[in-house]
Amino acid sequence: MSTHTLSVLVENKPGVLARIAGLFSRRGFNIDSLAVGPTEHPEISRMTIVVNVEGSPLEQVTKQLNKLVEVIKIVELEDRESIERELLLIKVKADAATRGQVIDAVQLFRAKVVDVAPDAVTIEVTGNAGKLRDFLAVLEPFGIRELVQSGMVAIGRGSRSITERTLRPVPVPVPAARAIPS
Amino acid sequence: MSEQGTAGGEQVTGAQSLIKSLESAGAENIFGIPGGAILPAYDPLYDSRIRHILVRHEQGAGHAAQGYAVATGKVGVCMATSGPGATNLVTPIADAYMDSVPMVAVTGQVGASMIGTDAFQEADIRGITMPITKHNFLVTNADDIPRVIAEAFYIASTGRPGPVLVDVAKSALQAQTTYRWPTELSLPGYRPVSRPHSKQIREATRLILEARRPVLYVGGGVIRAAASKELRTLAELTGMPVVTTLMARGAFPDSHPQHLGMPGMHGTVAAVAGLQKSDLIISLGARFDDRVTGNLDSFAPGAKVIHADIDPAEIGKNRVADVPIVGDAREVIADLVVALQAEQAKGITGDYEGWVRFLAGVKMQYPLGYDAPAEGLAPQYVIERLSAISGPESIYVSGVGQHQMWATHFVQYENPNTWINSGGLGTMGFAVPAAMGAKVGRPDTTVWAIDGDGCFQMTNQELATCTIEGIPIKVAIINNESLGMVRQWQTLFYEGRYSNTDLQSKRVPDFVKLAEAYGAVGLSCDDPSDVDATLRKAMEINDVPVVVDFRVERDAMVWPMVAAGTSNDEIKYARDLAPEFEEDDL
Repeated sequence: MSTHTLSVLVENKPGVLARIAGLFSRRGFNIDSLAVGPTEHPEISRMTIVVNVEGSPLEQVTKQLNKLVEVIKIVELEDRESIERELLLIKVKADAATRGQVIDAVQLFRAKVVDVAPDAVTIEVTGNAGKLRDFLAVLEPFGIRELVQSGMVAIGRGSRSITERTLRPVPVPVPAARAIPS
Repeated sequence: MSEQGTAGGEQVTGAQSLIKSLESAGAENIFGIPGGAILPAYDPLYDSRIRHILVRHEQGAGHAAQGYAVATGKVGVCMATSGPGATNLVTPIADAYMDSVPMVAVTGQVGASMIGTDAFQEADIRGITMPITKHNFLVTNADDIPRVIAEAFYIASTGRPGPVLVDVAKSALQAQTTYRWPTELSLPGYRPVSRPHSKQIREATRLILEARRPVLYVGGGVIRAAASKELRTLAELTGMPVVTTLMARGAFPDSHPQHLGMPGMHGTVAAVAGLQKSDLIISLGARFDDRVTGNLDSFAPGAKVIHADIDPAEIGKNRVADVPIVGDAREVIADLVVALQAEQAKGITGDYEGWVRFLAGVKMQYPLGYDAPAEGLAPQYVIERLSAISGPESIYVSGVGQHQMWATHFVQYENPNTWINSGGLGTMGFAVPAAMGAKVGRPDTTVWAIDGDGCFQMTNQELATCTIEGIPIKVAIINNESLGMVRQWQTLFYEGRYSNTDLQSKRVPDFVKLAEAYGAVGLSCDDPSDVDATLRKAMEINDVPVVVDFRVERDAMVWPMVAAGTSNDEIKYARDLAPEFEEDDL
């Protein structure tokens, strides 16, 4: 399986998400994960899309995405050159007997207990996909009652910003109005 | 006139702003039908200098806008109301998207506060048309109208052209606003590249000079880019053979000795061989469509590919490109000409002699042809004579099916924008409304719709529009009383089991009476010896539409043919007759 992480800067306009989701389904591209949110520029949103490109090459995915008028820029984030994070909220069975072991696991993974009930705890944890997978494996024996996970967000390492040069829109001349024959 | 600078602006209704914007964008003709949601716009349109042509079905409005756009090179405009008006535009919008036709569709939408309530005649046409438009808009704020119309025309007509839909809420049309035509647009995500990269041009030049069996694979992009003159210069400079796809017929003169004709499923043997056996395909504004390549894995196995297209996503989509060139076809060809001329000045030219001789032999051995039936009228003969009598300055518009293939082969095209058809989507019923649009755009040109009896019955209501609006198109119905192309497949692949392809159109309807009922002249012909006289009679009528019912024999088939999904090597020149190439000549 070949997955790639794309950071897609889009104009923050209604319908953009529908356009992108529609494009993926229409062209038969697979989305493994999708996260959308604002950026430091209110007119630009950033989508982090993890694509699974078994059927069609990544190049087709990015070219087709680029054809959408509201897509401003696409950057592929390489594993080693970027920080990737997902957020997980898990409700785990934990009574007086097992709670201590669960909390040990929480501390080991630098997670956080955010809610406690007599027979369960709710845990918040962030990390990359591998860490979350390992954490879940540790919790599994206690009994996972409910689980919710965000899409991945990712950012490149170093001081470079992918948004800084995108905000200078090129003004486009409007075709001169033609006289209409009476 | 309504052209407006940045100063002040004019207090108007949204509807007035819409019409003023369309005027400023250069719209001269709009094809449409009013209805509830778009109604406010029709009031200022009543006073506008834009000509509105009231069609009989919104599908007709859309195809007419396409025909107008292809015939003139301008943006075609159609207008419809919300709900069913808008959904009736879906087919022409999809058609324009597939064939890269610059078109702006304006639709009314229910009032902004009603959107999402399943209101009367509400349909989410923006959502519906997302996958079949280059871009689309929903306008709920009247102040946005001029900017959106300006953006719509700009997007539709630049880069790879395509349809843009503007859905305007009725409440926005009724609101008070300021009309101010923008002087510049800000589209940060839309920057079409038209200048090719010089490094790629150099690389392409090198491959062209090294090749021994090159072929110019010319697609519709050459027509849209108005690059016929440049193409001819390039072809004649190098001596390379040329094939023109269904969308590019007319981009290179059929009479030119270097022209091998149309490639593909129903291509000429020479054009199919020209691609299949080449060692270099120079693709100009073409997209390696499955109808051209046949089975992709066995398509032109020995060829390197130079792929020039204005849409980067087409390059490498179906076939790997050795030299990708993103750019406008005219600029790409012009740059190639300059580069090759420079090489020529140094005495460096390509050597294609053996190849050209081989293809000339194939072309001579396997010309386009047909067997005239012992009895009855051959459809190919009708089209041949139509071409001879109406001439290469006329515009020919077709529907989809056998008659379309015969019209692409047996009309002799010498000029670009004289062949208008539905290539990518394959929309039956395209011809009559598209011919109407072409005639509006080019009123002094003879416009023939070459239509099938099946196609004609899908959209012939626009003959009423043609008669009333004074748009005297000519229609040649190639009446084989069946859905001929489907019937041909049933003959070849379904043991002649003609399931639901018999239209009985020689019996019902009476096309002559139907034409007369629409105020057109109806003629009929079923004898080869009457064809010329009938056509001449049709040519003399220029005040009203003419419909000629050519009652042809029904068993004629389209040849050559590469069966769907098979290799181009499997081309059949006629039934059970495969061409034999003398490969030693290569």
